[in-house]
Amino acid sequence: MTGPRRYSVMAMQTVTTTVAGLGMREFTGGSGDPLVMLHHSFGNPGWLPIHEALADHYTVHALDLPGYGGTDGSERPEWARHPRDLALLVGQWLRAKELGPVELVGCGFGGWVAAELATMSPELLKRLVLVGAAGLLPEKGRIYDQFLVSHSNYVEAAFSSTEAFEAIYPRNGDESEEHPLGDETLVVWDMNREMTTRVGWKPYMYNRRLRPLLGGVTVPALVVWGDNDAVVPMECAHAYVEALPDARLEIVPDCGHAVDLEAPESLAAIITGGKS
Amino acid sequence: MFLSYFTEQPMSAYPADEGLKEGFTSVMFSNKYYDPVEGSRLFNERIEEYKLADQVGFDGIMVNEHHNAPFCMQARITVMSSILAAITENAKIVQLGNPLPTYDSPLMFAEEIAMIDMISKGRLISGIVRGAGQESVCLNANPAYNRERFNEAHDLLVKTMTDDGPFSWEGEHFQYRVVNPWARVLQKPHPRIWVPGVFSAETIRWAAQHRYPYISLNTPLHLTGELWEIYDQAARAVGYEPGPENRGYLLRVHVQKDGDKARENAREFMWMQGEFTGIGHPYWVSPSGYGSSARRLDYAKMANAEVRGSRAAPFEQQLAAREIVAGTPEEVIAELRVVLETCRPSILMLWGNDGDVNHDDSLRCIELMGTEVLPALRDIGDELGLHDPFELDSPISLALTPPDELNPIESAADERPEDTSDSRSLKMFR
Repeated sequence: MTGPRRYSVMAMQTVTTTVAGLGMREFTGGSGDPLVMLHHSFGNPGWLPIHEALADHYTVHALDLPGYGGTDGSERPEWARHPRDLALLVGQWLRAKELGPVELVGCGFGGWVAAELATMSPELLKRLVLVGAAGLLPEKGRIYDQFLVSHSNYVEAAFSSTEAFEAIYPRNGDESEEHPLGDETLVVWDMNREMTTRVGWKPYMYNRRLRPLLGGVTVPALVVWGDNDAVVPMECAHAYVEALPDARLEIVPDCGHAVDLEAPESLAAIITGGKS
Repeated sequence: MFLSYFTEQPMSAYPADEGLKEGFTSVMFSNKYYDPVEGSRLFNERIEEYKLADQVGFDGIMVNEHHNAPFCMQARITVMSSILAAITENAKIVQLGNPLPTYDSPLMFAEEIAMIDMISKGRLISGIVRGAGQESVCLNANPAYNRERFNEAHDLLVKTMTDDGPFSWEGEHFQYRVVNPWARVLQKPHPRIWVPGVFSAETIRWAAQHRYPYISLNTPLHLTGELWEIYDQAARAVGYEPGPENRGYLLRVHVQKDGDKARENAREFMWMQGEFTGIGHPYWVSPSGYGSSARRLDYAKMANAEVRGSRAAPFEQQLAAREIVAGTPEEVIAELRVVLETCRPSILMLWGNDGDVNHDDSLRCIELMGTEVLPALRDIGDELGLHDPFELDSPISLALTPPDELNPIESAADERPEDTSDSRSLKMFR
């Protein structure tokens, strides 16, 4: 395994903290108040433009959720059976590092984990930011099921265009490898998918016990959605805004599900909101 | 020899061109193409064929179960087993196998097989399998815990069959406050358990370690030597000397009086583009977490490959390699002699009819097998010393082998890394 893929040049560190006997890895950089980012179910491929953009304003902690990030990532809790278990571990990690209260930014599946944590430990949060978050059952649409498609088809569906996908996952990046996406990307995607299977096979990407608890999230919330999200229907954005006591919605135009990966500058501007 | 009849029970009356258009014939291939009128006809034809197989002298009738695919109509192995229990007299009912991890209630399953064993007057052989990953997808059982669920369901099943209730079960995947089914297996201590598979080293070892016969499912003949080596090493490591009684082999065989007609019908074995579990995507056949992590990269490459298609060898090549055997009884007996000499199983499953082979030809095939092929195979089996578990009254499991008969040879343990052969198994199964 090589180190994290670098998309930028800012000083960044890899830090591992032991929580509940498990090494939890993060990439961290920047300065200012703490901001924690939780990734999609397909994982965080490295220190990304979104991290760099936010690191101008915050100390960014891009955490690998337990069981995600490949053999060098965060260790797998064999006992975990639900995203709520991962949320508990993220809470313990925040306490161990004495980081809270933090800006907690969750993307896709990581948004679900962030929402679960916000319902159980709102005191650890300064603000909850949900980006294309899973976790709620849509009434009309359906959350796109990764388990029925290939890894690459699923991840590509999180972007509004092939170009946007390839900006993060370049094909033929390394011609020495057989598959155009590269061996490491495929292996880490598969390990991440296995972990998602372990905690999220069914019901798929929602928890009926989450919505009734969102009323207890006492911190402000920001809900951000790409207007071309093909993974989690926009109705889930409205459901989150309705259920959270203090939430507002920001829609990013011409953008797919992975707003953090596809429109990092827009997302950073929305999150920082004029912060200098 | 233990000689058993098998058919996949193909749902042959489906529009194959639609499958070709879709590019797959499992999991998501729409059941709008399923015609229940034809389904009813086919089920009833199969039942007549099973009755004949029972009458002409087969020792067993092998049944299986698959889901969401035309290659196999049986969605519940215990349903067909129950029917066989009532309509047949002599043949054992060979379940190969029950996909234990896909069942949410192993206890309910234990009740069903106890009923089948009693109704059949002790003719049940209850094989168990993990089930290909697509079965987990179809029944929505978590594939990442497939192996764990298999192991735990097996332990619970054996305990339920052998121990008096009530007892409680607090497992990782199954919990019961009361296990006390008022349905007990007739065969004591319990019906034999056999384990079928294509070529997963992990499963071969598991079967050997439990002293359950391993039934190799149409594994190419030239690979069976390696397969038994894995089995034998694991067997010796736990303390017993394996033999033909631990070995089974399933082979596609079609017989007609006219050899050319037999070979023409045998082409139907290639009906699902030659893939006997239909065409499915690798991420259905082996979802993430289902297979061994040792071959993760190979799997991920296959799952994300741009090009897919059948990997089956051409029909003539499979005939030449004796992966398919077809002809007159004399021709078939000669070919099967080579198979028995090479593979040395005491349990042989003759997969007689597949695809669109019609009912009359299927009946003729079964009849010729019974009157001409089976007696010859029994003679060859005796000549080669291929004695089955019933002839030898061999122990039904390691747990039921008297400890003083066991002589574990630790140095016999297989040094090979886990699952070196699984990628081959995956390729054959996709």
